[in-house]
Amino acid sequence: MMRRIIGAGCLTLVLAFGGLPAAQGQQPVTITYWQYYFESKVKTIDMLIKQFESRNPGIHVVQETFPYDSYNQKVASAVPAGQGPDVVNLYYGWLPQYVNSGYLQPLPADAFSTTQIEREYVPMVKAAKFDGKYWAIPTAVRTLALFYNKELFRQAGLSRPPLTWDEFTSDAQRLTQRDSRGRPTLEGFGIAPDGQDHQLIREVLFRQWGASAYSSDGRRVTYDTPQAAAALQWYTDLVTKSQVAVIGFFPGGNGYRDAFVAGKAGMIIDGSFAIGSIQSSTKFDWGVALLPRRTAGGTPSNFGSFWVNGLTRNATGPRLAAAETFLKFLTSPDTERLWLAQVGEIPADRTLAGDPKLAQDPVYGPFIASLAYAHATFFVDETAQRTVMLDAINEVVLNNTDPRAALHTAAAKEQKVLDAFWATQAKH
Amino acid sequence: MTPPVRPRGMRLAARQALWAYAFLAAPMAFFLTIRLAPAAAALIISLHRWNILSPEKPFVGLANFREVWTDPLFWQAAGNTLRYAVVGIPAQLAGGLVVALLLQRITRFRGLFRAIYFLPFVTPIVAASWVWQWLYSPQFGPLTRILDALGLPTQAFLRSPHEALYAITAMVVWEYLGFQVVIFLAGLQAIPRVYYEAAAMDGADGLRAFRHITLPLLNPTLVFSVVYGTILYLQLFTQVLNMTFGDPGGPLGATETMVLYVYQQGFQHFRMGPAASATVLLFGAILLITFVQLRVFQTRVEY
Repeated sequence: MMRRIIGAGCLTLVLAFGGLPAAQGQQPVTITYWQYYFESKVKTIDMLIKQFESRNPGIHVVQETFPYDSYNQKVASAVPAGQGPDVVNLYYGWLPQYVNSGYLQPLPADAFSTTQIEREYVPMVKAAKFDGKYWAIPTAVRTLALFYNKELFRQAGLSRPPLTWDEFTSDAQRLTQRDSRGRPTLEGFGIAPDGQDHQLIREVLFRQWGASAYSSDGRRVTYDTPQAAAALQWYTDLVTKSQVAVIGFFPGGNGYRDAFVAGKAGMIIDGSFAIGSIQSSTKFDWGVALLPRRTAGGTPSNFGSFWVNGLTRNATGPRLAAAETFLKFLTSPDTERLWLAQVGEIPADRTLAGDPKLAQDPVYGPFIASLAYAHATFFVDETAQRTVMLDAINEVVLNNTDPRAALHTAAAKEQKVLDAFWATQAKH
Repeated sequence: MTPPVRPRGMRLAARQALWAYAFLAAPMAFFLTIRLAPAAAALIISLHRWNILSPEKPFVGLANFREVWTDPLFWQAAGNTLRYAVVGIPAQLAGGLVVALLLQRITRFRGLFRAIYFLPFVTPIVAASWVWQWLYSPQFGPLTRILDALGLPTQAFLRSPHEALYAITAMVVWEYLGFQVVIFLAGLQAIPRVYYEAAAMDGADGLRAFRHITLPLLNPTLVFSVVYGTILYLQLFTQVLNMTFGDPGGPLGATETMVLYVYQQGFQHFRMGPAASATVLLFGAILLITFVQLRVFQTRVEY
């Protein structure tokens, strides 16, 4: 009798617990995601993680963030230590170095096919292609536009933002205010060689003046030409000839934006990533316009950039599948819609970016319209290449060097940087 | 017959010495690990092609040294660093000594003045650097207003390749002046007053007393200040990076220092090999200079 009761009890137990689905015996997979600290981005990722985890109960995502100024160093030093996340957020300009180091895994072709990416994402995404493969995908993209102070424009009698660079110079001259010694107290153009202007020169001015910065394979520097020198001359003339701009007008890294927000610069050229801070800090009426062109019907051009999400070599085993799923989710149209609403960055997806409502938005419109012709420079060492251009500008402005000579020196320096990179590439 | 008892005093001293060595061993081990091990590692890194991101780090002998040796920016940084030292150290010493001598003459508010002079030393360097950028602004800074009032031409300060280095040196001198004043005050107070009284009885006035009593007896303080100042200026980095943040190293490398060069090579270009070789060269330079200084200043003055 007793044995039967015990036997029935055991049978019940076995049926109760043995019949459970196998999945409940699994532990959730935990993957890590790294990005730099930016309040709206961090909050949005937190929201997205909650959504993702509710749809994928077996996956747990942990977000870790680091200060912007040291983010690249932080990621770079995690590489040799074998530490770091499974999914990492990187500036696209750092991709060649990180791909070269073997830190990133190429995106799996079945989930992220090259043709699908190039069909669905805006053209500038091609800058994330390396060695014929895509190594990371953006959620959002950025372009440049002209921010202008509508009140200052009204006071100067200007009815609309400039359409050509000549109009730009004359508008800036009318906006500039000087003190009794002729020193600008308000600059027409918030020039910033170390801000976005070096990108402007490479991808907009050079192209519009009939020059190009690099060869199509990205291996040779090609701006040692009279056309490029003319473009540089136009830019430096803003400081030296028409004197509508002062380098370092407001000291500091983003001094040009601070000057604009303080109402001390009539126009600045800035990226869509600046919309949030300009919107929240500016107290006057301001507007956004397309970048001017060389002539009224001339070639439009723009500089595009983006932050990408990629898989690191830490994502192995069960974490690899989980990381791929999370990556797919991070770069899906729904995520991009939320990103636009919360962070204010333009979706990388062509259809979303082509939304007519967005195109008519007075602030986003010019950025969106520029997507079609926005070029993302292929950087092998962004800091070094940026410094080369800064030095060229300073040589002309401070040392009165002829722009052609300055570009000749700059081209030689930058060619050395490119050669050093491609030499290490050849070994792979 | 009982054997002679060893005197207990000796064993006690030996035991105490042993305890002292034991307690010293802990910080010594810490010091060796924290200070010497990384220095040795830097030496090893300088002999390899060491990119942070690359898994391959082959031994390349002296190639990094050759690369750094032929880099014009390295030599610009070296020349700038020497210039910072040659201008900054005398300015700091002279300023500190003058203020200390003046403070020694007063009794009321001496503590207050000392505190005021010492304030820059305890101000966060980064915050001070950013404020000084505004002080130097040719458009908005008060220094320009002063130049205007004196009828002098506007200076570009940090935007001038010729002036930027001296502008930053001025800021560093301002920062360390208080520290120098306190050190000199201590040194001055250590000079016995009888020497001055004796000199006064012999008819020596202020300037002669300064030359023949004060300066020689301040020698240990001067040596310390010069060595401290040399190491400080040869390793200058934070102020330069922050005051030229958008374009580190100043317009066209005019304010570039050795340590900034090392930082840029290692942490912006991720090339640890050249960065480490530059560090080794800097180490050698500081070692040589300090050795020379200690030899030159090693005169013991006794009366």
